[in-house]
Amino acid sequence: MLLRRQLSLAIRRPIEIGNPLVFFAIVVAMFPLGIGPASEQLAMIAPGAIWIIALLSSLLTSDSVFRSDFDDGSLEQLLLAPQPLYLSVLAYLCAHWIVTGLLLALVSPVFALMLNLPAAAVGTLVVSLALGTAVLSLVGGIGAALTVGLKRGGMLISLLILPLYIPVLIFGTAAVQAAVSGSPAGPFLALLGAMLSLAIALGPLATAAGLRISIDA
Amino acid sequence: MWSFFHKLGSPPWLYDIAGSILRWLLPVTIMALLVGAVWGLLFTSPDFRQGNSYRIIYIHVPSAVVALAGYYVMAIAGAVSLIWRMKMADVAMKAAAPIGAALTFIALFTGALWGKPTWGTWWEWDARITSMLILLFLYLGVVALYEAFDNKEAAGRACAILSLVGMVNIPIIYKSVDWWYSLHQPASIKFSGESAIDSSMLYPLLLMIGAFYALFTCCLLMNMRAELVQRESRTAWVRKLVKQNGAH
Repeated sequence: MLLRRQLSLAIRRPIEIGNPLVFFAIVVAMFPLGIGPASEQLAMIAPGAIWIIALLSSLLTSDSVFRSDFDDGSLEQLLLAPQPLYLSVLAYLCAHWIVTGLLLALVSPVFALMLNLPAAAVGTLVVSLALGTAVLSLVGGIGAALTVGLKRGGMLISLLILPLYIPVLIFGTAAVQAAVSGSPAGPFLALLGAMLSLAIALGPLATAAGLRISIDA
Repeated sequence: MWSFFHKLGSPPWLYDIAGSILRWLLPVTIMALLVGAVWGLLFTSPDFRQGNSYRIIYIHVPSAVVALAGYYVMAIAGAVSLIWRMKMADVAMKAAAPIGAALTFIALFTGALWGKPTWGTWWEWDARITSMLILLFLYLGVVALYEAFDNKEAAGRACAILSLVGMVNIPIIYKSVDWWYSLHQPASIKFSGESAIDSSMLYPLLLMIGAFYALFTCCLLMNMRAELVQRESRTAWVRKLVKQNGAH
């Protein structure tokens, strides 16, 4: 229910879905401009660059997950509703993941080609981004819940959340780099999956507690 | 037993007990710091490979050890304040964050100073250095989140959640940074093996670690006292305190 509501809200504002993708494309274009168009150099930084851009676009959008519902009071209603807040929060974050992370993962092959990533690694890139951005959405939700009541939350959320993104970044790029060099990427993807299951179990709890605090304040 | 816990919830009692602990702990800490520093800096033999530059270990290692322990103090205090709604635990958590951040910074800074003569570089993306840098960011996040809230009670609870999330994440971050470091196989660092540290160097180091723990406790208690007075500035006991101190 809630998931469908969030998704239809997102679909009715296609600009907001498009923005992270355009952001992704622009930042990808910055790399050759800043580093130089030599293709082997670009291929070397491609896994890290794509992952860092995905991280930033997830961070920038997670700030607004709860904000509009906080402002118009429907979040408060949700807290009073009989269904467990854990599941409602999970629905919010799942919707966030679908419109940012999953979409990014699906279009990432285009950007991978722009940065000259070897074609053999593209499949791994998509899978690792899909798994990793789900963790990012769940962790970002904690930061969003804690800062939703604050006027100047935008900068703060990056300070709170970016250190927690580090393991995802490490294993995500490691998976892609393993695929580039021809070694098996499975173990890294398994680790991302393990982090995802931990994040699903614990993240919404912290997010729900954070929302209660923000509503009380 | 229970009356002790009830008293812990009382600000004037905590203020007094922290004061009387400080009265003997502070001189002991200063003595230990002085003895440890003089012992370590003047009376130990220079390392045969690093010469005298290794002596910064007497600042570097204790601050790093206590900085790590400080995060757990902060997170546990945060958990206590969340679970039992103990206001004094909230005060302790708020007091611990800036001290931990300062110690982490000292550890990084002395590490850079030590790295220059021994490794030939100020900064190296080594697993432990990177982890300490991330720890600094985690501390700064808690401090910044606390400052961002106008409602200080909500600020305390928000920081408690953040520090708990950080505590769950610290082992994961450390392990992954370790992994990242071994994956990338950077140019080998010539870190002269100090695994067999000589006892003449070890004892002053242990003394300094103890002294830094005591220093952390002193700073924590002083910060807590300041925070208590500030929070309770409208109550009768603080007014009485101000009057007493104004009298002499």
